[in-house]
Amino acid sequence: MSIAWAYEWTWNIFRSSKARLGPRKPPKMGFHGAAIWIVGCLLIAALAQVISPYHPAQISLDARLSPPLFFGGTLDHLLGTDELGRDVLARLIYSIQISMLVAVGGTFISTLLGVSLGFLSAELGGLVDEGVMALVDMQAAVPFMMTALLIITIFGNSLALFVCLVGLHGWERHARIARGLALTARNRLHVTAARTYNASRVHIYARHILPACAPTIVVGMTLGLTETVLLESTLSFLGLGIQPPMSSLGNMVGYGRDYLMTAWWIALAPGLVIAATAMSLMTISESLRRTGPRVASFMPI
Amino acid sequence: MRRNTRKIFASKIARALVTVVLMVTSVFVLMRCAGDPVTVLLGPDATADMRAAYSGELGLDRPILAQYLAYLHNIVRGSLGVSYVYRQDALGVVLSHLPLTLTLTCSALTLAALAGVAAGIAAAVFPSSFIGRACTVGTVVGLCVPSFFLAIVLMLVFSIQLNWLPTGGAESWRSLVLPAVTMAAASSAVLARYTRVAVRESLDSRYVLAAFARGIPFWRILIHHVLPNAAVPILTILGLLIGGAVTGSTVVETVFSWPGIGNLFVTSVGNRDIPVVQAIVLLAGTAMIMTNLAVDLGYTWLDPRSKSSET
Repeated sequence: MSIAWAYEWTWNIFRSSKARLGPRKPPKMGFHGAAIWIVGCLLIAALAQVISPYHPAQISLDARLSPPLFFGGTLDHLLGTDELGRDVLARLIYSIQISMLVAVGGTFISTLLGVSLGFLSAELGGLVDEGVMALVDMQAAVPFMMTALLIITIFGNSLALFVCLVGLHGWERHARIARGLALTARNRLHVTAARTYNASRVHIYARHILPACAPTIVVGMTLGLTETVLLESTLSFLGLGIQPPMSSLGNMVGYGRDYLMTAWWIALAPGLVIAATAMSLMTISESLRRTGPRVASFMPI
Repeated sequence: MRRNTRKIFASKIARALVTVVLMVTSVFVLMRCAGDPVTVLLGPDATADMRAAYSGELGLDRPILAQYLAYLHNIVRGSLGVSYVYRQDALGVVLSHLPLTLTLTCSALTLAALAGVAAGIAAAVFPSSFIGRACTVGTVVGLCVPSFFLAIVLMLVFSIQLNWLPTGGAESWRSLVLPAVTMAAASSAVLARYTRVAVRESLDSRYVLAAFARGIPFWRILIHHVLPNAAVPILTILGLLIGGAVTGSTVVETVFSWPGIGNLFVTSVGNRDIPVVQAIVLLAGTAMIMTNLAVDLGYTWLDPRSKSSET
């Protein structure tokens, strides 16, 4: 009941933001399915400790390498077990939690960083503007994978550091968007009016300019989220992201790669979850972009 | 007009050089943040003599600006420190892995360019046919399925189940097939997407309508009128893909244990072999910026409008 309500509510927000931006077109096919998948993943992430059938590190040595249910497995382990007898479903649920945490946290940090730098550069202009734009150009010129690997080599790895590192990805897009929109919005009449009654700069940016930029920034965030999910899973797959005993989706695939010959299900389940999540996020971002603001498109990691 | 073009070229080259310098500088800053540069470059188990010699060479007692200049000087001379693992010059180690990466990258990009552009054109010309729909779905799948997962699925099917191709190594052309296909998948998806948009736009234009009215056969219109006009965005994307090839190859080379630069990169990050990582970053970053520059200059030459419109 409450899920249906939350879904309706979110959908209405999208609808109203689109109504402001132009004629409403029907959402692209698959939008609803994609939204349900993402909300489901977020719910799983929030409730992992409650719904998980086992503890992810619980070992049962007599049920090692048991296959999934319809491939000769039992009801005890729906998605089978790995070579230590740990339940793949339980590990999957906890991995979704970590992956969502990193993806959402990283996107949040990069949006915050990008939007503040973009506003700063629009407001102050001059040398600050030049400096921020030079940083943006550099970040855009060098593929982020490379920066990420360099930073991991130099500073090592931990969950907090990793979230910040992922948060460094994509800030340049938000900075560009925020700067561009702020430059036009700050000359609008209501902003000038606010300036005449001596409103502070913080007030003007928070109450008048940010709302004008919000729809575009939200679309940029959905794009950033897609890339962040792929980036996190790729780094973790290479063994350079989330470290054991914690597990993320990419980490699970990397671990399952060693058992591909005997137990393909260890790698397949998390891989499918990554692909479905990325595809859903992309569908959402595409249909928002089709009806709403235009944001430069997506490049593979 | 020609003076204008030369000016644009000069400013683009200057901007690219500034980006290279910025990149080198940020690597320098990051390395200094990490701690004592002698330990960083020579490794924890260097002898006192080596440390003294190297810190003399780097001039660590001198002010930071002089150190920075010395660092630049070292980079220009190509001395980027000694690998902790291989006990050799880091640049040499990286360059010895270069040919295999180039083989993989070139075959993957050729495959991607052929498949991507062909699929994009097909999807633009027949948007509602089966091939158009397949192309649309294929691009989303190609972009969203992470390459490591695609690699594993291909390996599962073609190496383990069917036993047609080897799972890894670089012994024969047979071991090149799976890595090249995996690497081409995402690139061709991007290319197909941009090609479709560009070709569609060109097909909807008035000069194509005029060409039809003159009774020119369709394939001729496609080759002589549509493709040249759609070339600029396609070239841009191709340039980005070439420049990003080293990072693009990290995953594929690791999964298929292809002993190229990408594989070396991941192993070195795992070993925290900073000199090798630094060498790869500087080399690949410069390559990336240079390809971007080449593409930029290329379409100034290809598209006459960009000569006059830009100031």
